[in-house]
Formats: sequence, structure tokens, C-alpha cells
Amino acid sequence: MAALDQTQVKEGVDQETVDAVREVGGAYKYGWETEIEMEYAPKGVNPDIVRLISDKNDEPEWMTEWRLAAFERWTKMEEPNWAMVNYPEIDFQNQYYYARPKSMEEKPKSLDEVDPKLLATYEKLGIPLKEQMILAGVEGAENAPAEGRKVAVDAVFDSVSVGTTFQKELKEAGVIFCSISEAIKEHPELVKKYLGSVVPVSDNFYATLNSAVFSDGSFVYVPPGVRCPMELSTYFRINAENTGQFERTLIIADKGSYVSYLEGCTAPQRDTAQLHAAVVEIIIEEDAEVKYSTVQNWFPGDENGKGGIYNFVTKRADCRGDRSKVMWTQVETGSAVTWKYPSCILRGDDSQGEFYSIAIANNYQQADTGTKMVHLGKNTKSRIVSKGISAGKAQNTYRGLVAMHPKAKDSRNYTQCDSLLIGDKCGAHTVPYIEVRNNSSRVEHEATTSKVDDDQLFYCRQRGMDEEEAVALVVNGFCKDVLQALPMEFAMEAQQLVAISLEGSVG
Amino acid sequence: MLEIKNLHVKLEEEDKQILKGVDLTVDAGKVHAIMGPNGSGKSTLSYVLSGRDGYEVTEGSASLGGEDLLEMEPEERAAAGVFLAFQYPVEIPGVGNMTFLRTAVNAQRKARGEDELSATDFLKEVRAKAKALKIDADMLKRPVNVGFSGGEKKRNEILQMAMLEPKMCILDETDSGLDVDAMKLVAEGVNALRDEGRGFLVITHYQRLLDHIKPDVVHIMAEGRIVKSGGPELALEVENNGYADILAEVN
Repeated sequence: MAALDQTQVKEGVDQETVDAVREVGGAYKYGWETEIEMEYAPKGVNPDIVRLISDKNDEPEWMTEWRLAAFERWTKMEEPNWAMVNYPEIDFQNQYYYARPKSMEEKPKSLDEVDPKLLATYEKLGIPLKEQMILAGVEGAENAPAEGRKVAVDAVFDSVSVGTTFQKELKEAGVIFCSISEAIKEHPELVKKYLGSVVPVSDNFYATLNSAVFSDGSFVYVPPGVRCPMELSTYFRINAENTGQFERTLIIADKGSYVSYLEGCTAPQRDTAQLHAAVVEIIIEEDAEVKYSTVQNWFPGDENGKGGIYNFVTKRADCRGDRSKVMWTQVETGSAVTWKYPSCILRGDDSQGEFYSIAIANNYQQADTGTKMVHLGKNTKSRIVSKGISAGKAQNTYRGLVAMHPKAKDSRNYTQCDSLLIGDKCGAHTVPYIEVRNNSSRVEHEATTSKVDDDQLFYCRQRGMDEEEAVALVVNGFCKDVLQALPMEFAMEAQQLVAISLEGSVG
Repeated sequence: MLEIKNLHVKLEEEDKQILKGVDLTVDAGKVHAIMGPNGSGKSTLSYVLSGRDGYEVTEGSASLGGEDLLEMEPEERAAAGVFLAFQYPVEIPGVGNMTFLRTAVNAQRKARGEDELSATDFLKEVRAKAKALKIDADMLKRPVNVGFSGGEKKRNEILQMAMLEPKMCILDETDSGLDVDAMKLVAEGVNALRDEGRGFLVITHYQRLLDHIKPDVVHIMAEGRIVKSGGPELALEVENNGYADILAEVN
């Protein structure tokens, strides 16, 4: 955090905010390493490695073929370079694509059988793999309401899922929550139907690579009309050196169902950069709702920009059914380089997509993040609230697309992007793309007000605030509320960020 | 101080005339009550005076201390001294009550060209005023009106009023949804603010609030007009006989 201490804090920046950013960007708390015997696939990526990963997961032939086709395609693709990030060329053949603790060779049948070293790792991360009412060590947890205290966890360690809690209880409710490798074996009909249906194999360089070499991840299926009885979450931990993590998450919310899902991620502090390229696909049927929250805290590199995770992630939700709804919330504080645009395809009529993002970049971190709202159905609505905070020598870019297709009549989008610079050596950039191809839709920006509740606005103005001040107050409040709604177990950073205000922001 | 002349107002969305020529003068230091049946235009009057969207003034005027209110934005009216205690106070999730109050107080001070209140002075003042209204520290920290009971919401309105020290206080059915004890508390809060330099317009259905906040003048409103004005005894007449007699008499 040296960089922030040295920089002159700009006038007008709220002290509480500076303190919160300093606290969040302080010494990385998760940089320790678990000493554990690992087995690796040979370095590099080729069809043999793809087959090996498929074989390790004991996959059916169709899955192996799917991967090989993806690999074939990937060899013909080029790494994208349009993002506002710079990093040394990645040698894709000089890293491991599969790393598994030796103790996981035989998949444990229950949590009791999991290697104590692995259990201790998650314990230390504050995410003990026990089926208990509340996760230990969480400040204020005792005040949480009784319902909603349960959080089921799928723990992914390097290339494999270590275990999933509360599976039985969830099964009783009809919810399937397991690792994706398990789902491929146990629920092939669902995986076949949905895998690659939101993020096609050919989508982009990193997604295609992921399709070829993904080793594990989480799978969720919520049947029609079921409200998932607890929070679901996946905790991703990279431990092995020089190893990429490629996880795949597939969430299906069937008609009229609801699920809230959270992911957290951390990695040890190392001098060399490591690649993390995930794909998340969400399918939301008629009247269903999914909340997907991320607290991303990968190792960000040291204060001189050495090491850190390259986080190149493709996340997309497909609101297939009418009146379906998705909400992305992300708190991004980690990673050396972030390239990530959780998106919404609003296909069903009256479907809704929301994206709330707080990205804090410090030292030499670079973040190019945002969202795509693709309005296809009638009367679809989307809302984007993005806050980028840069300190040290960091660069923070918001990149977003709002597309209204010809059939998306009477659709609306509201976007608000704020950037805050703390210090004079960092940068903030906003790159909005807007495509409107019908006459009845509305796309609104920044301090336009109609998307903020009129009653709230009038209430504030009646008390003397001007329109701009009132909108900022209400929207910031809304954001805080979203952050506070994150399950506490993963969201300590988020709780700290609640103190942040964007007074003195640069538009 | 508040002067309303021949005010005609219609709804913007539908072509419906709500106020059909309201005349009313409230002098500084006086408490005026407006009573009337549902749909008579009482709440509309409070909204038009405070500048809510959705209403169109088709005729007439409204001014405060000689300044034309109708030309001003809602926040300008607030800075000029108009305060509306809402019938349904609005919830603002994620915004602390204290933050909201401080933002409002300082916005008004700034608009009037005064210095912002220091954090310490502000805190001292809020605590003292909150205590009088039996508003505890917890309620000051909670998000504005979120999860407040009916009584808490109304007391919170009065706290805002006390902090903003307006010239013209409009109370829109502040007694609705309150039990007797809560109403007494609110009335005490209002009475504490009665001052030679301050006017009140108390809109209410029932006489019971006026037992606690003694009005100087009572007006009966019906079908968009003030049809009868008198002393406090007029409110008692309504209480005993309902509106029917008065309305029949006027017609």
C-alpha cells in the first residue's frame, strides 16, 4: 500500500473513502501457501493434455470430443488486444493446465474423507467446509437473521473440486449443487442441453481455451417453482505455482425458480503471474430469478507490479423466459489484470438485467471491466451501476455495451458510471457503446433521473437537495444496499467498501 | 407570509381539475388547519406548494414572503422555507438517516449562501432534537424510513422539520396511522416549533390532532375549494356532525 501512502490525495476526496481503499488495498491477507503434495499434467496445452484432463475427470466420450473441437478452434484464434490493459506476452505452453492434490486422486465420498490439509486451507480462508449454520469467524454473523444463514459451499482447489456442503439438504429441495465434473457424469442430459448454449465454444479466445481445458467448477440446477433454500457459493483457490485455473460454472434456473449464488476467489502471493480463465453460463427460464455475486480477490501483484493473477473471464446470463431476471454484483479488488464483462441477454419479453460493479485498482493493477446488456425481447429493462476507484498507478476502465434490437420495443436502460481517482498517477476510462435499433426504447445515462424512483427524488429535493445531488444519494444508497446484501462470509471486503463515497468523482 | 390566490390546478396526465380556485393566506406565527373529505384536494394543495411533478397550475398564484413559489424548483422552495411533512414518508434504502439529514441541511445552507454546519455542531444539534422526539441513536443510523413503524416515520419527519427550521411547515395528514401516544409525541414536536416567524398548514381528516396542535384558523375544503373558514370551533363541528351538514349549508 506504499503507493497510496505516498500519493497526494486529491482535494474533495472523502477521507473515509481513502481509508477504506487503503484498508482494502492493504497487505494481501490471502497470500500464504498450502504445502501439499500435488500431481501435475505435463506443461503446455495440446490434444493430449485435453484428453488427459477429460480422462482425469472420467468423462464420457461426447465431452472429450466437445473439448477437442474447442481446442482445434482455439489454435486458430488470436488473443484479443482491444482492452485497455498491458501485460507481457503469455506463453501458453509454459504453464500447467492441470494440478491436483495427490490426496484427491480418489475422490472423497464425503467431507469427512477430505484431506485435513485441504480442510485446514479453507478453514484458514474463513470458509470452513462444515455444514454449520453460520460460517465461523464472521463478524456480526450472530446478528444475521436465522433464515439465510446457511451457505452451501463448493470448494475448488487448483484444478479440482474438493467437496460440496449441504448437498443432501439441497437434494431434498430438488436442487442439484455439485461440481461440474460430477454433473457431467451424473446429469449428462442437463449438461449436454445447456453447456455452451450461452457462451458458445467459439465465443472468444479465452472462453474457447476454457472449453478445451476446464478442469472443474460448479453446477447448479433449480427445478421449476423452487426457491433455493440457502445461498450457494463456490470458493476458488489457486495454490499451485505456474498453474492456470480454468473453471466452468453452469447455473440453470428453471421456470419460476430463484437462486442466489456467490463466488469468492484468492491465491498465494507469487512473483510470477498466473492465468485464470473462467466461463460462467447462466440460463434463466420464465419467471425465474438469479442473483450472482462475485467477490474477486485474486492476488493483485505486489506494490511494484510483480506477480498477480491475470483474470480473463467470460460470464453471461441468458434470460430466456419471459419475466426472467438476473442480477450481477461484483466487487473487484484483486488480480493484476482483469478482463471481464458479465453480460445479460434479455431474450424473454419483460426480462430484466442488472449489473452492479465496484472495482478498486491499486498499485499497478489494471482492470478493464463492464457489462453487455443485449435487449432482444419486448419491454426489457436493464440497469448498470459501475463504480471504478483507482489509486497508486492503477488503470481502471469501464467498458459497456447497451444494444436494443429491432424487436426490443419499449425497452429501457439506465446506466450510471462513476470513477474516482485517488492520487495523480492513476487513470480512469469510460468506454460506453450504445446501439439502438428501434424507436420506442430509451437509453439513459449518468445523472438522468427517470430510472431513479420519482418519489425518492422528490423527497430529497423537498428537503433541499438539487436533482444531481439527490440522484447521487439515492443511487449510492442503492449500491450500499446491494453490497450489504452480499452474504457476509465472503464479503468482508464488500463490507469495508460500504464506507466508500464517490464525492469528488470525475464523472 | 404564504399567499395563495385563486389557485387552479389540474393533473398533467389526465385532464382532471383538482383545485378550482383556492384562496388562502397564512400569516407568520399562525397555525391554519385544512379539513375536508377524501378527494377534496387537500393533499394536492400540499404537493403543488412543494413543487411535485404531475400537476399543472392553470390559473392563480402562490407565494411565500412575496416570492413566487410556482416559478421555483422543489429544492429552491425548500431553501426559501417550504417544508412538507409527507403523509407517506419515502424509504431510501442504503442512505443513513443522519447522512440524509446532513446532506439536506447543508444543501439548504449552501443555497442560502451560508456556511455548512461543522460535523460536531450538526451532531450536537441532531442529538438534542432527536432526544426530544424520543428518536434513539439507532434510528438515526438506520436507512431513511426503511423498516420504520408508522410512528417512527412521522417522528422522523418532525425531526427533519426541526433541523431544517423552515418558515412554512405543511403537515399532510401527519396523524394518519398514529396511535394516541405517537400522535401526542408528534404534536409536542410541532408545538415546540411554533414561533412568531413560522407559519403552519395542518392538513387533517380528523379533529383529534387539533386537540393537540391548537389551530388559529380552520378551513373546510371540498371539491377543490375552501368552502368555509372559522375558528377552532369549526373543527369541533366537523367532529360532531361530519362534513355533510357544512357541505349542504355551503351548497
